[in-house]
Amino acid sequence: MSRGLRGHVGHRTPLGGLARPKSGGQAPVDSEGVSDPTASAAGRISREEVAHLARLARLAVSEDELDLFAGQLDVILGAVARVGEVAAADIPPTSHAVPLTNVLRNDELSPCLPREAVLSGAPAVEDGKFRVPRILTEEA
Amino acid sequence: MSDLVRLTATEIAGKVTSGEVSAVEVTQAHLDRIGEVDGRVHAFLHVDADGALAAARAVDAKRAAGQPLGPLAGVPLAMKDVVVTEGLPTTAGSKILQGWVPPFDATITRRIKDAGVVILGKTNMDEFAMGSSTENSAYGPSHNPWDLDRIPGGSSGGSSAAVAAFEAPLAIGTDTGGSIRQPAAVTGIVGHKPTYGGVSRYGLIAFSSSLDQAGPFGRTVLDTALLHEVIGGYDPADSTSIPQPVPPVAAAARAGAGSDLAGLRVGVVRDLGGEGYQAGVLAAFDDAVATLRKLGAEIVEVSCPHFQYALPAYYLIAPSECSSNLARFDSVRYGLRVGDDGVNALEDVMSLTREAGFGAEVKRRIMIGSYALSSGYYDAYYGQAQKVRTLISRDFAAAFDQADVLVSPTSPFVAFPIGERIADPMAMYINDLCTLPASLAGTPALSVPCGLSENLPVGLQIMAPALADDRCYRVGAAFEAAVEPLSIPEVAK
Repeated sequence: MSRGLRGHVGHRTPLGGLARPKSGGQAPVDSEGVSDPTASAAGRISREEVAHLARLARLAVSEDELDLFAGQLDVILGAVARVGEVAAADIPPTSHAVPLTNVLRNDELSPCLPREAVLSGAPAVEDGKFRVPRILTEEA
Repeated sequence: MSDLVRLTATEIAGKVTSGEVSAVEVTQAHLDRIGEVDGRVHAFLHVDADGALAAARAVDAKRAAGQPLGPLAGVPLAMKDVVVTEGLPTTAGSKILQGWVPPFDATITRRIKDAGVVILGKTNMDEFAMGSSTENSAYGPSHNPWDLDRIPGGSSGGSSAAVAAFEAPLAIGTDTGGSIRQPAAVTGIVGHKPTYGGVSRYGLIAFSSSLDQAGPFGRTVLDTALLHEVIGGYDPADSTSIPQPVPPVAAAARAGAGSDLAGLRVGVVRDLGGEGYQAGVLAAFDDAVATLRKLGAEIVEVSCPHFQYALPAYYLIAPSECSSNLARFDSVRYGLRVGDDGVNALEDVMSLTREAGFGAEVKRRIMIGSYALSSGYYDAYYGQAQKVRTLISRDFAAAFDQADVLVSPTSPFVAFPIGERIADPMAMYINDLCTLPASLAGTPALSVPCGLSENLPVGLQIMAPALADDRCYRVGAAFEAAVEPLSIPEVAK
């Protein structure tokens, strides 16, 4: 898979539009002034960026996992960045292989699961509802 | 081992219908076989002996009452644990769903029950169907009956191992990037990924919604086709279900077994072979092409230049969709909850639950997906991958102008030793090299055994245009009839 790896440009690209690590440099800019985040492959994912992604994905990763995932995500993202080699500016995207559109059901009443069945797998239930931990933190 | 477990599904159904054996006897023989070998194979996560025997008794009662039986009535089946089954534990191979009992049946579960097919239990799999070996299961790997130290493929490896070990004549798998075809190939059985939309996804625990597709496993092409007809067809509960009848796959399998392939154009995909493929796999594939030629098929070589980008496109699209789909595991409605101590807020409980409940590969894919969908990266990763998907579909369209079906090896490798690739995600991902194009294009593909390499099975992949699943079965059955059947070994003590 090594042919898929582009050269290490030696800087970190920020997570565009998200909380950008303060130390992060700017993404490379091509001739049209558009940022090309795939221009750098290897070396893009730091421990801090893994921690950021983990927080977005609600994963409380351990310190050891930060190191492990930083290396692995770096290799994977380097390999998948190969999609950028294809000239596809005028190619329409395919989101689905089968072109079905506006699939609607008939507006008819139909039976649904009883409440007890729906709640049967929940970790905590109270008064016939899902019970959740508090949603506000001290700071809020 | 009882002779009953050696029978094909077709033979079992015939004997049950004629009254030569009862469905209960057949089911008990398979439960006994599971008891005998599954400690070594570990195909099953949950065996439902009581439910299976009750279903079998219902088939026998129906026959006794003179009611007509379906073509697979009384035949036992192993169900992949990603398909929900009312009252039967369903984990998707994950700790996060340990102990969860679904309150409803998937559409395919319902269809299987209505057909009198007997569900023996739920099979092991890579967690949330992410993997090629079952090593990502939270409950330990399944073992290949050909060599217990090797993987049975994945993610539907419990299902393939069950069928290869004679624990069940039929099984259900799901295939997102090859998870039916590769396990079928490396265990020496038949598996088919239907046209996307051909089999309902309602009640499949979603991994990558634009790619996931359930499909059948069997030890023969005809058995596999008969199961396909049971599960296939329009379902209003799945908005991506194709509103058309199931292609006539069983008739195609019967016709294929009794005829040659004169007039059929078979395209050998130049881009799926060569460097990186095991020599023994390529040799078995070349022999398979020679057999197809002997059967009268015209062999043409086709080029699909964008197939080389299928792997990077897939490993952006599937993680992106999974990062969204797996957000439902939030510790609220079902499954595990960790850290709910009255002090931690919901967000912390979610994070602790998902950290404890997901394995490493699932976490990796969720994070890759979160990255690829991030504002500023979306166009370069996910958007570009979707364009590549269009180009792969165009390659298929051009190839199907020159050929009626396309063929390739199903996997670049035979079954590899458990532990060999698990530490290196990319080494695992390249197992999907040959199966990914049909996944991305939504087209049907069948894997049929085509010989051995180092005494391990090799699969021939037969691909057809969308909705022409019957072509896969016709060619597969003709091929199966023309070659010496693999003799699956007894599971070692």
